[in-house]
Amino acid sequence: MAVLDIEHLVIDIPGRGDGDPLSLQVESGQRWGVLGPNGAGKTTVLHTLAGLRAPRRGRVVLNGTPLTHLSRREVARQLAVVFQERQDSFPATVMETVLIGRHPFLSAWQRESAEDIRLAHEALSAVSLTLLEDRLVSTLSGGERQRVSIATALTQQPTIWLADEPTNHLDLHHQVAVMALLNQQADNGAAVFMCLHDLNLAARWCDHLLLLYPDGECCSGPAEAMLVPEALERLYDQKLVVAHVNGAPVFVPG
Amino acid sequence: MPAIKSPALAALLALTALGLLALLLSVAVGSVSISLQDLWAVASGGGSDLHRELIMSLRAPRALAAFSTGGLLALAGALMQVLLRNPLADPYVLGISGGAAVGALGAMLIGGGLALVSGSAFAGALLSTLLVFGLAQGGGGWTPTRLLLTGVVVAAGWGAVITFMLTMSPADRLPGMLYWLMGDLSYARAPYAAWLVMILAVLLTLPLGRSLNVLARGPLQAAALGIAVKPLEWLVYVLASLLTAVAVTTAGSVGFVGLIVPHMLRLQLGNDQRIILPASVLAGGTLLTVADTLARTVMAPEQLPVGVITALLGVPTFLFLLHRNR
Repeated sequence: MAVLDIEHLVIDIPGRGDGDPLSLQVESGQRWGVLGPNGAGKTTVLHTLAGLRAPRRGRVVLNGTPLTHLSRREVARQLAVVFQERQDSFPATVMETVLIGRHPFLSAWQRESAEDIRLAHEALSAVSLTLLEDRLVSTLSGGERQRVSIATALTQQPTIWLADEPTNHLDLHHQVAVMALLNQQADNGAAVFMCLHDLNLAARWCDHLLLLYPDGECCSGPAEAMLVPEALERLYDQKLVVAHVNGAPVFVPG
Repeated sequence: MPAIKSPALAALLALTALGLLALLLSVAVGSVSISLQDLWAVASGGGSDLHRELIMSLRAPRALAAFSTGGLLALAGALMQVLLRNPLADPYVLGISGGAAVGALGAMLIGGGLALVSGSAFAGALLSTLLVFGLAQGGGGWTPTRLLLTGVVVAAGWGAVITFMLTMSPADRLPGMLYWLMGDLSYARAPYAAWLVMILAVLLTLPLGRSLNVLARGPLQAAALGIAVKPLEWLVYVLASLLTAVAVTTAGSVGFVGLIVPHMLRLQLGNDQRIILPASVLAGGTLLTVADTLARTVMAPEQLPVGVITALLGVPTFLFLLHRNR
């Protein structure tokens, strides 16, 4: 059964008319990538799947229950979102920030247990931030903050990951490390659904792709079927050259 | 979290002790000083008539009123800062004190008594809250930024009305009005309602602490972590408004406590609302109790508006803490 079933979803994207209704099934173990030019609605789709905005039509079904029938807390126990933008109005340490991933699992009077702390430590070590755990998030670099966000989601132990540009601000090594981490989450049975602006990361790490065209058209399917140079050139309105490195396609702007 | 849990608990205990000490001091000090022995005598049902009268009908009610006003304002300020995700927010930023002031000054203008002044202040505070909230709704729902802007503009409007009233009022009523505007506890007599509201508010906000920590990360992140953002924001807004209304009804618009106390505590204790909210109540109450004791003693028999003292005490303390924390 699909963990995330998207049924005839029509989404309001500012400044654009109706797009194609979007229907697809995300199953456990799958790694979905969403590709599209700036402003095509990648983030809007991701937020709609998380239930953070209402679609105009259609619905999203999470493990058999429509999102609209679930409380935010029930959703948060299954699904984690890594946002592209973060708001840090008040100072907080890295550890405090990562620990809020346990929020959906704790009752109002409950404090974080030793087990919660252990999960947070594990998450920090998975993104190599152990040494920074007492630092204020506001003193970190953009890439370090990005890894804090990923560690927060990791602490949430989600069965579904919705990640908006998870490699934003990351250097090459950490891009690969984060993609490997998400890959491993999928191997352990999670479903991963991420917006990516880097075509080559998508080609290397995703097994399914959703292409969002600027005119509202969309198509989705297994990655091999979607990575057609002509389709991608139309997607980005950019000539592409395809090279092969170690037998895998690499797309370079032509 | 365990790493900061015990120091934070220790801080809460220390603040409780300080608060009790401040209340004790406030009851003992004045035109007639009362020794600890005499205090004990009165507390256990004996003591001289003068001491009984002085404590039971004057100093204790006033000290308790000061404590509850400070506690309510600091808690309201801490809540507003999280709600608006703006460190400059205070209980008055959304125009509540302006509305209350217009009510109170209006009652003073027509020569109303204490009950009418308090009643109109409370009515003005609630009216202003509803007005700001109604206007902030606008076409779509309200957002913290929209709420903040609406509140600031409405507060400016009230400010103009207040200035107009001051200009129009007869000279013999002016001092009373100015005292009210700066915050004054000389007429505060029945602090029980304020204490009840304060205790209920603490009990209500304690289990909300972690949710508010999450809300401070922004509405999207909060929703993604399982918070029903709108209902929580509503609750915080209504609660903070009510607390502020009760505080200004008790003591006029005492400034500064609601803005600075939560920040001082954040600088010292970090930003865990589970600690900051109860600590704000204790520290705000203590600060205002001490300030009011000074207000009625330093220039005795003259009484100063307590707001002057809170600012004089608070400004250097806050700047010192800010400077020390990089």
